[in-house]
Amino acid sequence: MAVRTTELVIIGAGPAGICAALEAASHGVKTTLVDRGEELGGQLIKQTHKFFGWHKKSAGTRGVLIAKKLAEEVLNNENITLLNSTEALGYYDDGTLLVETPRGIDRVLGDRLIVATGASERMLLFPGNDLPGVYGAGAVQTLMNVHGVRPGDSVLMIGSGNIGLIVSYQLLQAGVRVAAVVEAMPTIGGYAVHASKIRRLGVPIMTRHTIKEAYGKEQVEGAVIWELDENWNGIPGTEKDLEVDVVCLAIGLTPLAELLWQCGAEMAYIPELGGFVPLYDETMETTRKGVFVAGDVAGIEEASTAMAAGRMAGLSAARSLGKVSDLDYSRLRNEIAGELEGLRSGPASAKILSGIAKMRAMLQSVKEAAAVSEAEPANQPANQPADQPANRPAKQAASEPAEAGDLPKAGARDSEAQGNNGSKSEEAVGA
Amino acid sequence: METERSSCKSRIEDHPILDFPARKEVTFTWEGQELRGYEGEPIAAALHAAGIKVLHTSHKSKRPRGFFCAIGNCSSCLVVVNGVPNVRACTEKLREGMRVQRQEGTGPAPRSRE
Ligand SMILES: Cc1cc2nc3c(=O)[nH]c(=O)nc-3n(C[C@H](O)[C@H](O)[C@H](O)COP(=O)(O)OP(=O)(O)OC[C@H]3O[C@@H](n4cnc5c(N)ncnc54)[C@H](O)[C@@H]3O)c2cc1C
Ligand code: FES
Repeated sequence: MAVRTTELVIIGAGPAGICAALEAASHGVKTTLVDRGEELGGQLIKQTHKFFGWHKKSAGTRGVLIAKKLAEEVLNNENITLLNSTEALGYYDDGTLLVETPRGIDRVLGDRLIVATGASERMLLFPGNDLPGVYGAGAVQTLMNVHGVRPGDSVLMIGSGNIGLIVSYQLLQAGVRVAAVVEAMPTIGGYAVHASKIRRLGVPIMTRHTIKEAYGKEQVEGAVIWELDENWNGIPGTEKDLEVDVVCLAIGLTPLAELLWQCGAEMAYIPELGGFVPLYDETMETTRKGVFVAGDVAGIEEASTAMAAGRMAGLSAARSLGKVSDLDYSRLRNEIAGELEGLRSGPASAKILSGIAKMRAMLQSVKEAAAVSEAEPANQPANQPADQPANRPAKQAASEPAEAGDLPKAGARDSEAQGNNGSKSEEAVGA
Repeated sequence: METERSSCKSRIEDHPILDFPARKEVTFTWEGQELRGYEGEPIAAALHAAGIKVLHTSHKSKRPRGFFCAIGNCSSCLVVVNGVPNVRACTEKLREGMRVQRQEGTGPAPRSRE
């Protein structure tokens, strides 16, 4: 087992992790960037469309090209060591990160950690959801846009958010039929430009509809959709049978936060941010000292905000290592905070902002609770040393009492989303 | 080096935005049957291109399982490669001569090097 020591470890080389690495490295921090994928760029390497939400230079650039440019900067930076095809397995109290490389398991010892692991797809409950041919939207994109293989001949798309609409368009570009896009809500979730593009190509977008079941002997041979009433119940008699061999789920993402649960960071369920997220302050530091977060793992948003938040995390980590002068720090911090504020000034960001406000209120009460029990050490359980207040479960903070060390099952606690998730029937695929 | 194009209809040949460079073809087996795919692509991509979607059966009710997340998250795509069970077909790279088999439940107990 090889041991590598470094000043900063970053898990995830998506836009957030890369920008965190570039920022930290620019202050002279020896940084190790870990990603389980071979290519750098996270979600960006699958995005062939021109990106939205970019106020500066990258506006209208295709995701794949943004990824290429960022990857080049990383590879040319002598302060960054890249460990690709390497999966982070667990972070221990002594600061050891265990990683699985193609050659075996190694230890990475860093003084600071940034978790930028992104998000995973939500699952939907319906009969037949475990059949081969039911794929997440990300899987369809990976297969088609990274490996050049069509997922099937005909697809039923579930969900009309931007991901559902964009992936539908990408399927059409790859020569795959899209039988329909169904959407449980009364209105289309994504941007009108994306919706009209696929409508013009003859794909029906059916609001207030959902999938009733997928069927097939060994794999998907068809799917039944039906209309929903005001109470989200299917209306008998409205069923339509579609001849499809793929059902693509695009019902949203949820933070991929297992490592944060595992390392004892305080978590809370905040639907506006996509599920369970870590509590973190303005510097992106979690309640576990020296562990920072950025990007979708801290709340589902966009690549542009992930990049700015990544820079903030990288700056904070560099600062806490004593690598940034006071003057530079306050200038850069204000600059990045201003950029984030600008990116979140549109009406679409209202939800995110309210989620962040909720999260900060919870963080505040966790800190207050910690301060109180620090003042009264007699109340402390014997196994909780006084110098680790952050690791104690905060009763009043979490919306549900979360047991420390209790790993989340994929989507299992998402009571918010009208039964739109849960695990694959019978055997949880995500767990 | 061979740089043929597969004639399989699942392979995307012309794409308005993306280029898929020609890669080296390799031969491997699936359940004893000889198939061709590209070196270094995930096993699941090569199988999918050959029309094979059922990779695994579930532990309890033996229901068919295929790939789902494509990035190594979900363990829905486990196969047996050269006698070693629990290999994720979506992330394991295809190599010349690989023997790939559908995994039934937990798969066989791993042997010492075959
Ligand atoms: C279809 C689609 C379209 C989109 N369109 C746009 C758009 O037009 N504009 C926009 O701004 N945003 C868009 N987004 C959103 C954007 O892609 C994400 O918000 C952004 O990629 C988040 O960045 P991230 O770095 O947090 O995570 P990711 O990009 O998801 O990167 C996370 C990385 O972490 C790695 N990782 C995870 N766990 C581990 C582990 N245990 N060990 C090692 N590595 C690990 C993963 O391999 C991955 O590379 C789109 C997303 C999708 C799915
Ligand atoms: S498809 Fe999910 S792990 Fe392979």
